[in-house]
Amino acid sequence: MSKHIPPVQKYGPQPPVNRPGLLGQLANFLDDRTGYRALVHEALYERVPGGARWRYVWGSTLVFAFMTQVITGLVLWSSYAASAQTAWESVYFIQHEMTGGWLVRGIHHVMAQMMVVLLALHLMQVVIDGAYRAPREVNFWLGLVLMMLVLGMALTGYLLPWDQKGYWATRVATNLAGLVPLLGPSIQQVVVGGPDYGHHTLTRFFALHAGFLPATLVLMLVVHLSLFRKHGLCARQPITRPDAMFWPDQVLKDAVAMLAVMAVVLGVILMPALRAMLEGRPIVPGELGAELGAPADPSQPYAAARPEWYFLFLFQFLKVFEGWGASGEFIGAIVVPGLVMGVMFLMPILGRWQLGHRFNIAFTVAILAGAGLLTAMAMNEDYAALWADRASYADVEKLLEETDGDAAKIAAHFGNDPAKITAFTVRSKKLTKIRHSQSFLDASAQAEADAARSIELAGRPERIPSAGMLELVRNDALSQGPRLFAQHCASCHAHVDPAAPNAASLLAKASAANLHGFGTAAWMRGLLDPKQVAGPAYFGNTAHKEGDMVTFVQHDLTDAATWKPDDIEAVIVAMSEEAGLAAPDAAPAVVEKGRGLIADGDRCGSCHTFRDNGVAAGSAPNITGWASREWLVGIITDPTHEQFYGDSNDRMPSFGKTEEGAAPMLSGRQIEMIADWLRGDWYRPTAHGH
Amino acid sequence: MSRVQQPTEQLTEQPAEPPSGRRGFLTKLLAICCGGLATLPPLAAGVWMFLDPLRRRGAAATFLPVTELASVPDDGIPRQFAVVSDSVDAWTGFAAEPIGAVYLRRQQGSDTVEALSATCPHAGCFVEIESREKCFRCPCHNSTFMLDGRIVAPSPSPRAMDGLDCLVAKNGQITVKWQNFYTGIAEKVARP
Repeated sequence: MSKHIPPVQKYGPQPPVNRPGLLGQLANFLDDRTGYRALVHEALYERVPGGARWRYVWGSTLVFAFMTQVITGLVLWSSYAASAQTAWESVYFIQHEMTGGWLVRGIHHVMAQMMVVLLALHLMQVVIDGAYRAPREVNFWLGLVLMMLVLGMALTGYLLPWDQKGYWATRVATNLAGLVPLLGPSIQQVVVGGPDYGHHTLTRFFALHAGFLPATLVLMLVVHLSLFRKHGLCARQPITRPDAMFWPDQVLKDAVAMLAVMAVVLGVILMPALRAMLEGRPIVPGELGAELGAPADPSQPYAAARPEWYFLFLFQFLKVFEGWGASGEFIGAIVVPGLVMGVMFLMPILGRWQLGHRFNIAFTVAILAGAGLLTAMAMNEDYAALWADRASYADVEKLLEETDGDAAKIAAHFGNDPAKITAFTVRSKKLTKIRHSQSFLDASAQAEADAARSIELAGRPERIPSAGMLELVRNDALSQGPRLFAQHCASCHAHVDPAAPNAASLLAKASAANLHGFGTAAWMRGLLDPKQVAGPAYFGNTAHKEGDMVTFVQHDLTDAATWKPDDIEAVIVAMSEEAGLAAPDAAPAVVEKGRGLIADGDRCGSCHTFRDNGVAAGSAPNITGWASREWLVGIITDPTHEQFYGDSNDRMPSFGKTEEGAAPMLSGRQIEMIADWLRGDWYRPTAHGH
Repeated sequence: MSRVQQPTEQLTEQPAEPPSGRRGFLTKLLAICCGGLATLPPLAAGVWMFLDPLRRRGAAATFLPVTELASVPDDGIPRQFAVVSDSVDAWTGFAAEPIGAVYLRRQQGSDTVEALSATCPHAGCFVEIESREKCFRCPCHNSTFMLDGRIVAPSPSPRAMDGLDCLVAKNGQITVKWQNFYTGIAEKVARP
């Protein structure tokens, strides 16, 4: 560069100038070829009539929020795999295993919600200031389109983790899209990617979320901003203060607002960590930021299905049209939202008149207040049981149970007094609301448990199978056992901890043994207890109530001469050893003694086959390997088998045996999962995890 | 005062006005046509592919085995059963996977079974059974149905729960005609 002779010297004497340094020369070089200084000047030295104001920051914070979404979104994209067998799995990996994944996903998730809030604030500011008036009409319309694009990205992003929450919410949203006249079903099919939800729903939603919508948004945003600059800032009237420049006065306010937005986002993400720290619990980064539910399963009901909170008002709005038939849903989902958007598009025209402007402000406030009210109503319906005093409805509950809800019987109860009946009806309606809320809360708790279990399973050392997470969940004894038990076993068997407060009432309703802790010493101790064996937890509600086993326990076992307490305890320990569920400190000598007593032809062996005691099958169940996995699978498959109850089987179906050509009630794997669950045999992470 | 000299070679004077007259018109027309033609193939091909889902049809409605008669207690209370079938999702084939759920109901002493789709006709959520209130209720918008699927008024749902054809074979095997229906309309219309 030393050879460079500044061209000014060519033209004779010049006043002395400060020679630019190296950076200055580079800047000059660039400016000569691009004219960037003029651009920067134009960008920064915008006149702000009346000076910088806090009320002008919303547009800038929105641009900032969008840039945040682009940055975090691109990074998420680099680790996300859109398909029904990889979406949940890759999001799990981002959230729970990748360094900083929870933070990036958390920022993306919370900032999306901030954007909706900022949009509402920006819209309010523009409407109240009348910033839509000529010549800014087109820019206002662009802003509305931008708003819909942001909401579209929020809606499509909700599905991408492919968890139960996103899946069921999307089913509703796309079904509503199907209500659009004429084209609805086609729109739905194109968006869903076929007749059913699957790979192509994800790939399409992802393309919309990360491609079509943001690309359109960027184009619109460029026009929105350049039009904003063309028209200049629509200043708050009357102007009482001197004008200022955009840089640095307004930029400072904007930057402070951006910082505040970011602080709120980080605060929301990190709040649970702070709480954990104060309570002395370990901080698990994967539990911070955005949640991840159990993987999507079309055959698994999801009663906690709700849209993201900012769409709750639309969700609640559909409930308003109860009893309107098909037109109600059409009006609620299509017509009213369409009309509201229509009015908003007309605002710049209406705003030409002072009255119209006032109407616009009132309309915007009313819509936001209405949305707020509907959101509050939705929340109240869902969470009412948290603060309602259900105990005070005990009498209503009792009467409903007694009368089976029969109106005539209820009327009779109140001596046909209309006032009392009306009061009762009002209270029973309130009770119904509390019950519905309780169902939602229960479903949410179940959803949380399912999510936690899925995440636990995904962290196994064997990792997720190639068929995807759903296969793992569907084959998990802890996830499926209780569901299968509830569906196939619980109509007779109880499964309740005898120490639980409601155990007595649940046991009274059961018509077969309580299988809680089946195979453990505690369970066996109860069976061999003369007071319990004919009780509801064992044979009390079955055909074996007066059977040989009950007689044996109540008479033979109480004979202290043949059965010393130590003998009975040895049998209990040996039996739980058969199940493989004995306490770790069970003494081998005691087990050996117990086995001898069980096999003894004058004791248990008088009826039961046990190991090689030579008792023929048929008189009582073979108790070799009692309550072991194999034994349980056998009895669930076919209790009428001679190794189990044979002809004396009491009502229990043969779940795994089939008539010629028919499918069994339960598959082999389902029976195994029930057996494993009853035995408490399922995957548990080690203390150190993976 | 400029720091560097502007390029010395002078640009030849360009005509300020675009060509007019017939030649001008033809030039403009050609320019637009060529540009349009060049852009059309990617655009048309893109739209063509994007609309591919429109010609996809779901699996034809067939009778699928669900369970056997003994599994449906004859107490008039519907029970939920998974519908298991081979299915295809774009490129992935699934063998014997749960694809949805139905409610089966048997009256006392009856050997016939009624089947109801578990999908809410309102917006497509999964309808649940309220054993205590002896009714179906959708956990989304509270559409309520009687145990036979009829609507409990007033309900957000425009129609009753969708019944499915159901057969009971001699060996007790229950098969159900698995179908999806459009939601949110008063008529029960099967999806293609």
